Amino acid sequence: MTVPLEVRGVRKAFGEKRVLDGVDLAVEPGEIFALVGPSGVGKTTLLRIIAGLEAADEGDVRIGGNGDGRTALGRDIGFVAQRPAVFRRSALENVAYGLRLQGVEDDRAERDAIAALDRMGLADARDAKAWTLSAGEAQRLCFARATVLQPRLLLLDEVTANLDPANVGLLERAVKAYHEETEATILIVTHNLFQARRVAARAGFLFGGRIVEAAEVGAFFSDPKDERTRAFVNGEMPY
Amino acid sequence: MVDELLGIAGLSLYVAASSTAIASLLGVPLGAVLALREEARGRRPTLTIAKAIVFTLYGMPPVLAGLLVYLLLSKEGPLGALALLFTPTGMILAQVLIITPIVTGVTYSAVASVGRDVKDAAKSLGAKGWTLTATVVEEARLGVLTAVMVGFGRAISEVGAVLIVGGNIRGSTRVLTTAIVLETSRGNFAVAVGLGAFLLVIAFGIFLVLWRLQERGYR
Repeated sequence: MTVPLEVRGVRKAFGEKRVLDGVDLAVEPGEIFALVGPSGVGKTTLLRIIAGLEAADEGDVRIGGNGDGRTALGRDIGFVAQRPAVFRRSALENVAYGLRLQGVEDDRAERDAIAALDRMGLADARDAKAWTLSAGEAQRLCFARATVLQPRLLLLDEVTANLDPANVGLLERAVKAYHEETEATILIVTHNLFQARRVAARAGFLFGGRIVEAAEVGAFFSDPKDERTRAFVNGEMPY
Repeated sequence: MVDELLGIAGLSLYVAASSTAIASLLGVPLGAVLALREEARGRRPTLTIAKAIVFTLYGMPPVLAGLLVYLLLSKEGPLGALALLFTPTGMILAQVLIITPIVTGVTYSAVASVGRDVKDAAKSLGAKGWTLTATVVEEARLGVLTAVMVGFGRAISEVGAVLIVGGNIRGSTRVLTTAIVLETSRGNFAVAVGLGAFLLVIAFGIFLVLWRLQERGYR
């Protein structure tokens, strides 16, 4: 159930603005890697490129060590965005959506979806219209919807930004539980340094269009090698 | 008198409902494909031209549509052999011409306004091609229903095209709007107003059903 992720020389510009300028990143199979950096440095863009939702101008994304670049979204790669985007259906139908696309029969899809909702503390909300849920509940729903497909690579984009501490805690525990259960490779983008420390095994600092530094979280936060990383983790750089 | 009135109202409903159904079958997929193609491939010239045609036809005067269909269906016209002039089918054809661009345009706007985040969510869960299109249209279903409602509203209240193509023949092609025109020209204003009120009641009944559907979707 594990998968390595390798990003090589990825560049991306939007018009005149160059966002990513040769990103190299390697995430080990089955590790939780936190990508940190100030707002607007291209963390989300990089994640979208890895997910295949955005095309890079240059460079390669290798998932699972194969050279063909792309594996199937949904089945192999899960993606949860910063802003919960729910479908105008019931909570249960939201979670069952991906299963149905994969051709899972109705009974099993419903059973799996209910179990996934239950794991996220949403058992009582299964028949609720998804757009009536609170922001925290909606984000937990999106997490359940992505993980019910058991992706080997899970991409999380600032999934706890703007949530209350209770929901943050719930989601972080869910990330760890999913990791323990599946040994999936997880790449989490966050600008919450405490979260990166709590959840990830390694962290990388994206700045100036490149990964400035990547290391095991202990060393990353206590003894950063690069001056810019040091300034960022010490809170001397606005984010 | 009552029988005649009910016949006229029934034909109004039949013509408006049929043309709305056909226009929806054509316009909803067309509007959705236009919106999704534009998003996927950017503003290509062919898409821009298609959009320009749709939005220009939005404002097509019904009498012009009526005239075109009249010429098409008249004895010397290319479809003259079908003998559809002065028939309800001919009237439906004219109304389809008028309301298809409207249904297409409103559907286009509804589908285009489905957020990128929702489309990305569907893609990230494995949707692509037609399953992605179907998901996006389903997400835009309230807007699509509005497209159908606007189309029906235009059809049931339309007079110029059905008058030219249908000919307002008693017991055959007379609908509520053309009956109002006739009674007004005869100076029977009370009858004309009565027919108008009846038309409004029918329209209100239809929209009540559609509104209920919409509200169920919103709550």
